[in-house]
Parts: sequence; C-alpha cells; structure tokens
Amino acid sequence: MAADYVEWLRREGRIVIVGASLAGLRAAETLRAEGFAGELTLIGDEPYEPYDRPPLSKSVLLGKASPHHTELPHRWETDAKWRLGVAAAGLDLTARRVRLADGDEVEFDRLLIATGVRARPWPKEEEARLEGVFLLRTREDAAALYRRLKAGPRRVFVIGAGFAGSEVASACRESGIPVTVAERAGAPLVGALGGVVGAVAADLQTENGVDLRTHVTVTALEGDSVGRVRAVHLSDETVVEADVVVVSLGSVRNTEWLTGSGLGAGPRGIACDAGCRAFDFRGIVTDDVFVAGDVARSPHALFGYQFLSLEHWGNAVAQAETAAHNMICHGAERRPHLWMPAFWSSMFGVNIKSVGVPPMGEQLMITQGSLAERRFVGVYGCKGRIVAAVTFDNARWLEFYQRQIERGAPFPVEYPTLDRRPEGRRPVDADFPDPSLPTHGPMVTLSGYSPADQQLVFHPARH
Amino acid sequence: MRLVVDLNKCQGYAQCAFLAPDVFAMHGEESLIYNPRAEEEQRERVARAVAACPVQAITADGPDGSGGPATGSAREASDGR
Amino acid sequence: MPHASMTRRITDFANRADPYPVYEELRSTPVLHEEEGGPYIISSYYDIKALLHDPRVSSDAANLAAAGDDALASTEETGGLPPSFLRLDPPEHDRLRRIANSAFGPPHRPRRIDGLRGQMREIVTELIDAFGDAREIDVVDRFAYPFPVTVICRLLGVPREDEPRFRAWVDPLVATLDPETRRGTDADAATAAREARMQLGMYLSGLVEERAGEPRDDLLSDLVNSRGPDGSLTMMEVLSTAVLLLIAGHETTVNLITNGMLTLLRHPEILRRLREDPGLSVNIVEELLRYEPPVQLVPQRTCIADIEVRGVTIPKGSRIWLVLAAGNRDPERFEDPGRFDPDRGDIQHLGFGSGIHSCFGAPLARLETQIALSELARRLVDPRLVEDPPPYRPNAVLRGPRHLGIAFEGLR
Repeated sequence: MAADYVEWLRREGRIVIVGASLAGLRAAETLRAEGFAGELTLIGDEPYEPYDRPPLSKSVLLGKASPHHTELPHRWETDAKWRLGVAAAGLDLTARRVRLADGDEVEFDRLLIATGVRARPWPKEEEARLEGVFLLRTREDAAALYRRLKAGPRRVFVIGAGFAGSEVASACRESGIPVTVAERAGAPLVGALGGVVGAVAADLQTENGVDLRTHVTVTALEGDSVGRVRAVHLSDETVVEADVVVVSLGSVRNTEWLTGSGLGAGPRGIACDAGCRAFDFRGIVTDDVFVAGDVARSPHALFGYQFLSLEHWGNAVAQAETAAHNMICHGAERRPHLWMPAFWSSMFGVNIKSVGVPPMGEQLMITQGSLAERRFVGVYGCKGRIVAAVTFDNARWLEFYQRQIERGAPFPVEYPTLDRRPEGRRPVDADFPDPSLPTHGPMVTLSGYSPADQQLVFHPARH
Repeated sequence: MRLVVDLNKCQGYAQCAFLAPDVFAMHGEESLIYNPRAEEEQRERVARAVAACPVQAITADGPDGSGGPATGSAREASDGR
Repeated sequence: MPHASMTRRITDFANRADPYPVYEELRSTPVLHEEEGGPYIISSYYDIKALLHDPRVSSDAANLAAAGDDALASTEETGGLPPSFLRLDPPEHDRLRRIANSAFGPPHRPRRIDGLRGQMREIVTELIDAFGDAREIDVVDRFAYPFPVTVICRLLGVPREDEPRFRAWVDPLVATLDPETRRGTDADAATAAREARMQLGMYLSGLVEERAGEPRDDLLSDLVNSRGPDGSLTMMEVLSTAVLLLIAGHETTVNLITNGMLTLLRHPEILRRLREDPGLSVNIVEELLRYEPPVQLVPQRTCIADIEVRGVTIPKGSRIWLVLAAGNRDPERFEDPGRFDPDRGDIQHLGFGSGIHSCFGAPLARLETQIALSELARRLVDPRLVEDPPPYRPNAVLRGPRHLGIAFEGLR
C-alpha cells in the first residue's frame, strides 16, 4: 500500500461502517480520535442511535432503567453521517459499494463491517407469532417484555438457560413472577462454563424458586383461540401453562446480506486476520474491508490460532478500536487484535465473571472458595495449561488468573492459594457437552482453522 | 446524562453506589446495576463516582450527549502524529 | 551490600518530610531484599498492583508472626481485641467484611454515607467558625483531627451529648498508635491510653447493648442486629469492627486532609481554582491519594508460595512490603509523576490499596476530604504556611504532619 494512499485516505477518504451499535460507534470515535478527517458514514438497521444492550436483561427488566434510554455516551465527536433505520442489503467488493435495503447505494474507500448478531427466533414461525412470545435482543424487545412482566403474568416460560435466559429468570423471580426454565442440557450455562459450574447455577435457580427443567426441549407452543400463547409442550410429554414465553436460544450472525459478495462470510461470522482485515471466500485477505464485534471470527495467538467468535461486550469495543486504528495507518503500524476474552453476568444477586476460553477447558480446579457456598474461583485447564478462569462473587482475584492464562501457566495449579478447600486440591472433569452438538449459545465459539466456512452445514438448535 | 460502565473492568468496589446511590446500586455483594440515563441533578454525584472508581470503568457524557473529550485541542493533539 | 540500609532509610525520621527521593532510589531495584529474614520491598506500580491481587499473598496476622514480625508491620494493631478483617484472609475476612459492610454501605445501607453529607458540612462549618478571630491556627489540632472523629460518632450513633467524652477517650488511644510513642517510656501516656481504652470499651458495650434492644438508624444498631446469611457478630466482633472503623479510619483521614491542605498551600494556583470551583475537590482528592497517600506502605503481607516478580523468586514464607507511595510515583505508570496535577486524566492510584483489602472506609474518607478542602479553600482569606516543611509524626506507614501551622487574614 503506497504511503501517500494512506495519507490521502486519512485526509479525504470515505469510510463506511455497517452496523451502528457498540462496535460501530467505538470504531467511528476511534477513527476521528486518530485523525481521520474524511467522510464517515454509519449504517444501522435499527432506527436508533447506538445503545447499550447488557442493561436490557438486567436493570431494565428490574425496572431500574428505561429500555428507551440506554444510549451509549459518546467518547469522541464522530462527525458522521448516520443512515439509521435502513439495513445494508448487499456488498459489491469490486465497485466498493454497499447497497441499502431502500435501494440506495453508498460508496466507500474502506469498509468496516460490524453488523453483529440477532436473537435466534423460535424456528416454528406460526408459533413464534403468538402473542406473548418474546425475544430479547433489541430495545423494542426489552420494552415489550418489560411491559408484560409489569402487568403480572401468571407464569413466564424461558426457553434456554444460557446467560440471557438465566438473567430473565432472575429478573422474574426478583419481581415475584413464577417462572419455568427449560434447558436441553443438564444444567444452565453448561455451554459456556461446563457441567460442574452449571450445577451451581442450577442450584441458584431452584433455590430462588425457578421451576428448572433440564434434559428437555420444547416441542410446541400452544396458542388460544385469539392467538395468545397459553402453554408450552415439552419433550418429556409434560405441558406447562404460561402466558409469556421468552425464547433465549442464542444468536444468529448477521451475514446474510453478504451472500454472494465474495467475502468469507457464513453462519459462523466473517473471518478476518488478527489485524481485523476480512478474508474473501478463497482465504485471501482483503485490503479495504475490516470486521469487528460479534460478527467477526478471528484467530487468537493464545488459543492455538483457532478462529474465535466472541459475543462479548469488551471484545466489541477492543476489536472496533483495533480495526479503526488499522484502517487508517500504514502497514507497519498495524496492531493485532489480541483481546483476552472476558465476560460478566449477574443473576440472583451473584456476580459471574470469566476470562479466557472456558469451553477449551477439559478440566476444572476450584482454587479458591467453594462451589457449595457459591463464592469461588474456578480454573480451566487444557493440555497442561491454564486456558480460562471463572469467578462467582470473587472478581477481584480474576486479574491474577488472567495473567496466568497470558503466560500459559501450567495446569493443574500446584501452588497453594488463599482459601483453598479440600475440594480444590485435585482437578475434575469440567464436563462440557460434546462440542459437535449444537448448543444455543456459548458466548465463545471455537471454529477451527479455516478462514472460509462457506461449506459449513449449520444445524439450528433443536428445541 | 448518559453513562456506561465497563463491567469487565468492574470489580465491585461499590464506590459509585456509595457516592451516587440513585444511579448506581449493588445487586448482591459484587454485581453492579445502574441507570444508563441519569437525571441531570445527579451530575455532581456522578462526577464523584466517575473519579472514585478504582478501575476507571465509568464513562459519562455531557448534558447534550456530546462526548467529554471531544474538544478541539485534544483532536489536534492526536492529529499531530 | 553497599546500601544495606534501604529498609532503615524508609523508616528514618530524617526522610519523613520528603520520602520520595528514597522511593525513587528504591524503584531502581523493584524487588529489594537486603538481608536474610528481612522483607522483600516492592516499589513499582504494576508489581504492587499484581501482588495486591495475588492469591498467594496472605494478610493473616498469624502468617506474619511466623515470618518474623517487625515494628512496621504491627503499627495498625487495635489493641486487646481479636484481629479485625484487615489482618485476616478469606474466607473469614470476607465474612466479617460482608457483615461490616451490611451496616455501612450498599447493597443493604446504600444511603448511609451519602446521607452524612449534610452533617459533614455542618461539622466543617462549626469547626471553621470556631477559628474565630485567630489569624494563625494549627490545621491538625483545630480541624483535621476533630472532624473525622465527630463524623464517626454520628455514623456509629454516639449521642451528641456524649461526643466530647467520646473524643476524650479516643485522643490518647490514637496517640499510642504511633510505634515511636508506644515504644517510648512515657508511663503516664501508656496508663492514660489503657484507661481510655477501658472507658471507651465500656461505653461502646453499653451503647451496643442499648442498640441490641432498641435498634435505631445507625451503624452500631445494624452491626449488633445483623442476622444475614453470614450469621451475626459476637459482642467482641462488634466492638472490634467499631474500633477498626474508628482507629483505621481516623489517622488516615486526618493525614489525608492535612496533606491536602499542605499540598494546596504549596500550589496556590490550584487552591485558587478550588475556591472558585468546589467541584475540583473531587479530582484534587484523587490526585492527593496518588501524590501524598496517607498509607505509604503495606508492611503486613507474607507469601504462602514461592512468587516470581521480575525474575526474582520471593520464597514461600517471606514478608513483603508493598510501597504504595512509591508505586504512585512510578514513571512507568504515570506521566510526570512528581507533579501534583488534579487535571491529569488518569489517576488510577494505589492510595486505597486494591483487591479484597482495599480501604473499607474509602467513600467516607473521600467525601470528608472533598468537603473539608473545598470549605477551607472557600472560607480562609489568603492562607499561607507558617513553616515548610511542617513537623511530622514519627510514623513511616501512616505518614502525615503532626502540626500544620497556617496564617490567614480572616474568614469569609
């Protein structure tokens, strides 16, 4: 890349960002903060300026915040043209044009794709349309669900006990609403944290009055004569009456608009290199198309250079900043995206945090505290190395374990630690489900070594 | 006033919940919930919370939604690279 | 070793007024171990931060005693009572701290500290009004000393009419905290302190019993009546916690306020800005906690496993000193660290420590100091130092001036 091209781009080039949520906004701010003076356009399918999603399943459902007011504060003036309420519908790589759903076209010199994910809908469309069946991803979803919860439903039925589903169940119990949770695995959170920690999450739910059904799937949603949901049929032949159903089956990556574009985009996301540059479907890296946030899958040096897809708030911010930086600098100044995967959740008054990639872990050691007390640090190991850690109400120790992961420290943890209990002396099987089975949403997906996943056959979760 | 907390950074020191209890609250011993849209009259308390956060996890913006650091001088500084 | 005296130079009273050159020298050997059986001294920001979050580092008083206690490590003893959570490890630390917190702050008492703001202002106003016609005062005796103890009285729920008595017991008690005083041969002072401790103990027990039968909206009532999932506190634990709040919170807040006034008087331009904009006190206090932290070092830690820091192995069982004040001026972390600059965007200081033992009373100290400094700045006309540097207390850990004489032209 000629140096003067970069200078020209920084001065008067056109940058388009598709996706106007967390990653899109932070990328736009970074571009300006780093001196991009050209034309900047953000395209977003929702008609709102960028808002924060994590509060939607927490403070909003608890009535502590309005679903309509979680807009993100701006860290920098973006001075951008906002095309909100219109989705991108296609990409022409040769002509460097994004086609919009309203037929309009926007030209770019460099493009950032940050289209994220959407909630995976209930697969039976007719049942999904029943009144009282909700998804929870957008602020409209949250507003509608909150309205219904406030009206005092007889019973809420949550399909899927991942983090989002568990948070919904937690909010219901806190509001005194009866709730049933159905999970195809043996416990909540097993896809993300494994069966041992999942068992703790299961106890947490049942003790807080959740009617938790595991090893079951939902076979049908039953409506009444006027089209309102009234019961849920389960694979064990039981039927649960419920007037609100929350479908929490993980997410679907927003890549359909790129079909036929030539990019290496598929159901698992858009492959990019460590510098956030998108691969085309042949596995050749592009120069002008960058990817960031939930929709990206990128190789990570700490985890064997496997492609990781991370549906993590912090990853969206960090990857957006790196992508934006790399978009407007010379090759030698580019930075790799080496973010340490990290996430948090909060349910039933317990703070859950994690670093690294727990699903890589074959074994688990409780190095501090105790599972029974629900205050502990769990360390995941794989092939003799520490690859992840999780804390329940023990967040202040986590940065120690993060450094252990970064330096590839040995597993099992042989040295003594404060508050080590007898249960923590030996590693146990972390008890993750068979990775070849589809789950409804571990928040990290390891997707092998191939930059192109066009040939991948995708199995939707069977619920 | 808009605000966002980077809960990856948050370690539950609760300084914000002490200093601006109408905006930030502890949910259990360690997890934080907050209102991302604080009332204007909370500005002084939110400023105390932002400064006191031991992990510097809170970002708040100005009354008109404009970013705090979006000043001309700062941009010039970063232009001069 | 050519300078086998670094440990001594840290404690040397001659360096009390300005310990920072010693700390700078210290940082050139980030992990310093001078003699067999002596402490490993850690002085750079990132190492201190890492060790404060390291589960192989213990705060347990018993581990410390096994490692060979020293004079510095025992400065925060509360005297006669069981060790407070400050000197315990999880899970016991966590349990006691949770119970104490349930009476002090969120989630159970989210407004207790915020609710004291009005009273803090009143107390400050009364103390400044009491300067009267004086044109020269000692900031320590007339202001920084009485302020926090009065606030603690209100927080605990000591009736106003008892406040003078309460303070009369606390004063000699706090005086004996200083290792130099304690080591001294002043038999009268020791007797006075013993007497005061007994009186205070009896008084507090009486108050606690009263509150057990008839709870009010105060911290003691909540402590004694706490019946959460963590169980309740014994009478001794209630007293120990109350005394911890009193003692640990007292000296440090006095020093923070006094160091603050001293620093502002050395930076008249910032003092002038604070007078015009009380909101600046928020950043001033954070920068003070970096620039002149009231707890200079944490000398009570030991390691329960071998720990490698910058290629040096600290063997299991060793004592560790974490020099917070040196880390706070580490150029690897802070730009121009020796400059007092409340406008710096990044003040992630170690002034209150970090990790599970981070200062329990931090929000209280913050509010007290913000209010104290902004009111002093607003009301004193043309204040200036009478003596610079002022005389310091002997204590190297809880460092601060013994007196801070200032002159001014009147009150606004």
